[in-house]
Amino acid sequence: MSLIEIDGLEKSYRVYQKQEGLWASMKGLFGREYNEVQAVKGIDLRVEQGEFVAFLGPNGAGKTTTLKLLSGVINPTAGRATVMGHVPWKRENAYRRRFALVMGQKNQLWWDLPAQESFRLHQQIYRIPDDQFKNTMTELTELLDVKRLLKQPVRELSLGERMKMELTAALLHSPDILFLDEPTIGLDVVAQHNIQKFLKYYQEKRQITILLTSHYMKDVAALCKRVVIIAQGQIKYDGSLAGIIDQFSGYKNVTLQLGETQTPDNLDQFGTVLEVEVPRVKLRIDRNKVAHTLATILEKYTIDDMSVEDPPLEDVIAEVFSQVNDANHSGQLEDNTPKK
Amino acid sequence: MANAVYNQMLTWWVILRLGIEERLVYRGDFALGTLMRFLPIITQIFLWWAIFESIGDGDQSVARIGEYSYSDMVAYYLLTMLTRAFSSMPGLASGIAGQVRNGEIKKFMIQPIDMIGFLLINRIAHKLAYYSVAIGPFALVFFLCSGFFPDRPDMTTIAAFIATLLMGFVLGFFLEASIGMISFWFLEVSSLLFVYMLFSFFLSGHMFPLDMLPAGWGTIVDFLPLKYLAYFPAAVFLGKVPEDELARGLLIELGWILFFIAFSRFAFWRGLKRYSGFGG
Repeated sequence: MSLIEIDGLEKSYRVYQKQEGLWASMKGLFGREYNEVQAVKGIDLRVEQGEFVAFLGPNGAGKTTTLKLLSGVINPTAGRATVMGHVPWKRENAYRRRFALVMGQKNQLWWDLPAQESFRLHQQIYRIPDDQFKNTMTELTELLDVKRLLKQPVRELSLGERMKMELTAALLHSPDILFLDEPTIGLDVVAQHNIQKFLKYYQEKRQITILLTSHYMKDVAALCKRVVIIAQGQIKYDGSLAGIIDQFSGYKNVTLQLGETQTPDNLDQFGTVLEVEVPRVKLRIDRNKVAHTLATILEKYTIDDMSVEDPPLEDVIAEVFSQVNDANHSGQLEDNTPKK
Repeated sequence: MANAVYNQMLTWWVILRLGIEERLVYRGDFALGTLMRFLPIITQIFLWWAIFESIGDGDQSVARIGEYSYSDMVAYYLLTMLTRAFSSMPGLASGIAGQVRNGEIKKFMIQPIDMIGFLLINRIAHKLAYYSVAIGPFALVFFLCSGFFPDRPDMTTIAAFIATLLMGFVLGFFLEASIGMISFWFLEVSSLLFVYMLFSFFLSGHMFPLDMLPAGWGTIVDFLPLKYLAYFPAAVFLGKVPEDELARGLLIELGWILFFIAFSRFAFWRGLKRYSGFGG
């Protein structure tokens, strides 16, 4: 049995639709039109113990909804899911003591008190024995380099420091599963990097299972071997990060360093010319024809140097998102027929 | 089993401690807010003095409103102030509504902790912090105004008075928590709260003693929960509640407490169901 088992999970919301203007507001007092928005449309997923999985997808794709379902904050409209044998939305204490959810934009600590005080409360809520609590807190705050800030009111911490405190609070009870919703949102590059480093170290050491949503490709590239792309409430891809490029990108980027006397003429016969900065030329070439095309180029032109690269991951994923959007456009319109 | 109880007590203690600490963070605002509440006393005493003087044609000592003389009225007013220090719950319902609206309520769904229990302990913490500062001014006011009070009541009356104060706290908490739970359906409860405050102001006895009301009204008010938030404890202290009525009153109050405990629990349960069904 897998640690997380999800079968045919669906969730739709009712969203109040208001036309523009005062008259519409008046009408809204008596009867309201609701749209049914399907945030998650049938997800099947298995996650094994010790995996570090990233959920990628455009805004509103259903990533956060999936995390909310798995942490029991919302009930599904259809389908089933178990996490460590528990049905999350039953919200049993036995389950709630074994996972943690950290949302980058939500604050769980007592705003006006030092983080240490919030940690004490967590110790009680999660029934953490004294010595274990002390050890874990020392370990976490040393790893995250926030030990000196324990006595400072949370409201006086920077966003990055606060996020580190949130993570500490979430991990105090040594959860088996950690759900992270955009943990690095709004943080500067250094803070992002520190949190990535910490998560990587902690996950490898404790072998806990982490599900992460993020918009920063760097987070994902640094942390997750497995990537699940969710768009329009469905899983569009499940596999390795490198696999995304293989599956969705049919191109390679080739950079040529032309010889001194060579002019960049007629290169567009081999592929799309992306950039010309003599003596350097960047081409996009069909993946299947790379070897053959390069041989031809070397034959006909004087080339000092060349490199072949996969297109940047961000570009590929942006392309995947927009493809999915186009493909589902008609389907989405059908889902949004107003219901009274 | 004993261990579980001990752990639960320890959790409550930590919540209580944090609640008090949080209250004491903004020392200046807290102290000023606490002390400012005593200012209206002076204006109220003068107001009643003017009213009684005009009724008594220049001699307030002979004037009566219902069964109340001027000193009865001042004593009553001071006692309702004390009572409301127990039963009023500033920010409780609106706090719950705020948590529902901004999603902070998720915390209580994810962590193994009961929200109503948490809020109750937190409220006790607020009250304790408040009393620790307010006890000085309260003692001073009651000392200066001791002439307005009748002779010291007997021990039974004092015991009954303390019981009604504590029950007033519990009733006030669960009543306003129940109103807060309505925010699961309406999101914003401030207007509802305003209506409640308005009714409460008149029907709890905060504005004037309820036994001044005409007979028909009196019966209605007798069976409403509001009178236990201000009038009832004051009336008990002033010896206006005969023994058989006292027992009946306490029983009705207990009934209301149980009702609002059950109602707030039920509304919370249904509300979470609704929240997890639609929102998130």
